[in-house]
Amino acid sequence: MNKFFERRYVIAGIFITLIFILLARLFYIQIIDDRYLLYAQDNVLRRVYTNPARGPITDRNKKALVQNEPFYDIWVTPKEVKPFDTLEFCRLLSITKDDFNKQFTKAVKYSRNLASIFEKQLSPQVYAAFQERLSEFPGFYSEVRYLRTYPDSVAAQFLGFIGEVTDNDIKRSGKYYRAGDYIGVTGVEKSYEDALRGQHGVQNLMVDSRGRQKGSYANGAYDTAAVAGERLISSLDIRIQKLGEQLMKNKVGSIVAIEPSTGEILCYVSSPTYNPNLMVGRQRGNNAAELYKSPYKPFFIRPIQAYYPPGSSFKPLSALIALQEGIITPQTSYYCPGYYWAGNHKIKCFHNEAHGNVNLTSAVAASCNGYFSMVFEKLMNYYGVKNTATTFTNWRNNVTKFGLGSRLGLDMPSEGKGNVPTTAHYDKIYHPGGWRSSTVISLAIGQGELLATPLQLANIECTIANHGFYYKPHLIKAIGEKEIIKPEYRVKNYVGIDSLYFEPLIDGMQAVVERGTAVLSKIPGVVMCGKTGTAQNNHGEDHSVFVAFAPRENPKIAIAVIVENSGEGAHWAAPIASFIVEKYLKDSITTRESGITPEQFINANRLPDLGNYSIKGKVKPTPKDTLKKLKTDSSNKKARINTPVKRNKKATPVKLVAALLERKDDEH
Amino acid sequence: MNTNQQRGFFFNVDWIMVFIYLALCTIGWLNIHSAAFDEKHPYFMDTATNYGKQFLYIMVGILVGIIILLLETRFFSTLAPVFYGITMLLLMAVLVVGRNVGGNQAWISLGGGFRLQPSEFAKFSTCLLLARYLSGTNVRVAETKSFLIAASIIVFPMFLIMLQPDAGSTLVFSTLLFVLYREGVSPYFLILEGLFITLFVLTLKLNNLTFIVGGLILLAALIILLFRRNRKLIRVIMLGLAICVAFVFSVKFIYTSILKPHQKVRIDIVLGITKDIKGKGYNVNQSKIAIGSGKMWGRGYMQGTQTKYSFVPEQSTDFIFCTVGEEWGFAGSIVVLGLYLFLVLRIIRIAERQRSPFSRIYAYGVASVIFFHVIINIGMTIGVVPSIGIPLPLISYGGSSLLSFTIMIFVLIKLDSNRMGMIYA
Repeated sequence: MNKFFERRYVIAGIFITLIFILLARLFYIQIIDDRYLLYAQDNVLRRVYTNPARGPITDRNKKALVQNEPFYDIWVTPKEVKPFDTLEFCRLLSITKDDFNKQFTKAVKYSRNLASIFEKQLSPQVYAAFQERLSEFPGFYSEVRYLRTYPDSVAAQFLGFIGEVTDNDIKRSGKYYRAGDYIGVTGVEKSYEDALRGQHGVQNLMVDSRGRQKGSYANGAYDTAAVAGERLISSLDIRIQKLGEQLMKNKVGSIVAIEPSTGEILCYVSSPTYNPNLMVGRQRGNNAAELYKSPYKPFFIRPIQAYYPPGSSFKPLSALIALQEGIITPQTSYYCPGYYWAGNHKIKCFHNEAHGNVNLTSAVAASCNGYFSMVFEKLMNYYGVKNTATTFTNWRNNVTKFGLGSRLGLDMPSEGKGNVPTTAHYDKIYHPGGWRSSTVISLAIGQGELLATPLQLANIECTIANHGFYYKPHLIKAIGEKEIIKPEYRVKNYVGIDSLYFEPLIDGMQAVVERGTAVLSKIPGVVMCGKTGTAQNNHGEDHSVFVAFAPRENPKIAIAVIVENSGEGAHWAAPIASFIVEKYLKDSITTRESGITPEQFINANRLPDLGNYSIKGKVKPTPKDTLKKLKTDSSNKKARINTPVKRNKKATPVKLVAALLERKDDEH
Repeated sequence: MNTNQQRGFFFNVDWIMVFIYLALCTIGWLNIHSAAFDEKHPYFMDTATNYGKQFLYIMVGILVGIIILLLETRFFSTLAPVFYGITMLLLMAVLVVGRNVGGNQAWISLGGGFRLQPSEFAKFSTCLLLARYLSGTNVRVAETKSFLIAASIIVFPMFLIMLQPDAGSTLVFSTLLFVLYREGVSPYFLILEGLFITLFVLTLKLNNLTFIVGGLILLAALIILLFRRNRKLIRVIMLGLAICVAFVFSVKFIYTSILKPHQKVRIDIVLGITKDIKGKGYNVNQSKIAIGSGKMWGRGYMQGTQTKYSFVPEQSTDFIFCTVGEEWGFAGSIVVLGLYLFLVLRIIRIAERQRSPFSRIYAYGVASVIFFHVIINIGMTIGVVPSIGIPLPLISYGGSSLLSFTIMIFVLIKLDSNRMGMIYA
């Protein structure tokens, strides 16, 4: 013991203090801070996801439209690779030595211990040859992956396609998707994504610090198997879908057919179309680029995105509204001299034909422009000339009840609204109160600012066939094994026209086919009721339009056909429609009195001249007086897609009526 | 005091010390088994594995311990200069014939896969020689001459080890300041050391010299103002101020000009200047994750995923405490730290009951070295001190380290067992 004895306490004090500081720190990171346990789990746990098979899609008779077919990815783990015959390897995979070196360097760069993809999507044929030799190439192995295939290569715009998810998709999905997953990009693949995608399976694996697998976590207690996506039964009938696509070959236009008693869409043709198989597999990128370049825009979904003036096919609707409003009766007669004077401009009947005394039925049958102009003027002036605006609004309400001017709510993305002009529209061009029935007279015959999609036109025919109501049109009939049908598709949507007004109109529509404008398209043994239309537009020849339903009693199919720039409805649209109706009702096509055959139409080329067709930025403000024609057809809509709608509207305030005065309004 | 009673070999042996020694060795062995587990050699004593070898070392250690207990007490004080001389020669030899492992030329190959690390044994021989010198009859460590001789006994091996370069082992010798303090060196040195550590951290962390120097001057002025009667203190303070300012500048200089990049990075990570958890900070980060994931009771023996799947590097040697923290939790941490605290306090207690200054001084040396290892090693695994690789006494895998600590402790036990006997030195 010496005089520095007390210093032992200082030293012991320092020892105790420092050890307690360590303990305090340990207490903090082991007890207080919960992050480290999570980090440790992140370190060691790898979730391996197994991809579910995407749901298949069939037509209404359960015939496959989309299937999943196996393709094979080749993976490589560089560390396990031993020397092998590279030339033979390259030959089997039909790749060059350079490709091989490039891919292999990439894999090594990524990791020597971890597997990376070497070659994607080998077809079963290529894979079969490769697989026999696989054991000669240690370090390489294969993994199956299912890709969409389309056995009949039809209905591309309906089916749409899938693509790899974007960062945004991943964010929005709340972690459902992971990089490399596929998601529906367009069509039914997009709108029914939730049903089709199924559920990922999860395997919880343990890995070491180099990412090597070390068995499963908790003996797989938290692992789940992948759940395949639901099967969708579409309402399409592949027989008429195929026929429709053939008939529309080398033509621009659209066919929409609906079953009136359910709202199920039977046929959904957008032409020109493309082979959906092009949007799958290794060449997908190149194919897509080619398709995007095509001036006829095969990705444009004409049944719901193209806007057409309905032309004469609108007349039945005009008549129905007038009947309901009590402006006319079926017996109201009108003497047609071949033209009609609305104010100071003359609306001619087609070919200046004088129809003489017509009533509702015969006016529809003959497509008398004069009669319908008369009806429209009467309607507009019913509450006095001063109240045109109010009356017009009322008329507009009646028209929109048929589904025009708004989306019908089809179960597909990017449906268009069409256009029914408002009073505000005319007030802006003229001044409020500065326009009259004669100013907007072209609406009477489905021209002017009136624009509709083929789907809307077909839906109007459903309404007529049903005598006053329609079911929401839809493309997917039933979902999953239980074949669930959405309840909204069982709701009748009434259009506000009493059923008794339909018979005289339908008489007229029957006459159109029996002895009227569409007599060429008469189907032996089937009573079809239809209406032709010849829609004027500023892209060359008129669009050929035909709408119909059949048979008259207990209608099974309602249809709208549009062939762009092909002239009279009777010449192109009506025969095409009649073939489809006949095929659907009788499953065969009989010889016609008129001698027309489907082959004539399949082989005809009605593609518009590109000089006229090409759409450059379109819609620059044009001086009023030079507006000779309405800018209305599908290409028109395209421009709308490219440029913001609102600005577009402002930029073209006026496709209008000053022009209308000059226009020859012959319609039939 | 009865010096005539019958003496066995284990007469007066401090069994508590032996117990702590064995407990720590066992803990180490178990954790090495978990950390270095090899499925092909699951057996605890399979010498193909690190745990098998560690078992061998423990056995050798116990044998050496017994031999030490059989030796005469005077043997150690008498031969202290010889031990010191041998280890210094080995330290010089290692610079020439040593094996370079991990950037440090610290090992001499013994063949058969065994290697000797002379720096581990230098700690023991330095403690011994320091005790021998300071226990001399005319030595007053507070006197400049004696102080300088004592200091050079400590600094000489530091210098040799620095050449390897093994910063961790070099720093261990600085802990012997505690011994000098206990033997009468002015407390200012201890204060100065504390001050140095604080200034070191501040200098690098704040990276603003004017601010720190200004603060120091202000502090000195305040103290002088408070104690202006005490002329002697003023001189000390002024001197201290000068030393501190010089220290700050030299830290800055060493840090920017002398330290190697990897050393800088280690310091940066501890001070929170850089966070580089993928690169240089990976070890410490993974080690913290391992320890933190243990929670209260740990994940269970052989169940730690960080340990099992080798996320923590050098798991059985420098980072062995990760396995303790991960698999045995905070409870395990308390046990291990508690054992060490008990050990060093026990050694202090033993030291103070010695009649012989040699034994006392030697005991303080042992306590200081063990304490320093524990603080630096565990502090490193939880990221409170820079990661300088020194082993955790008796727990870390490694024959040299285990043997060296075994010798240190058993020599102490031997000296203590003779506390009632003759004083030789």
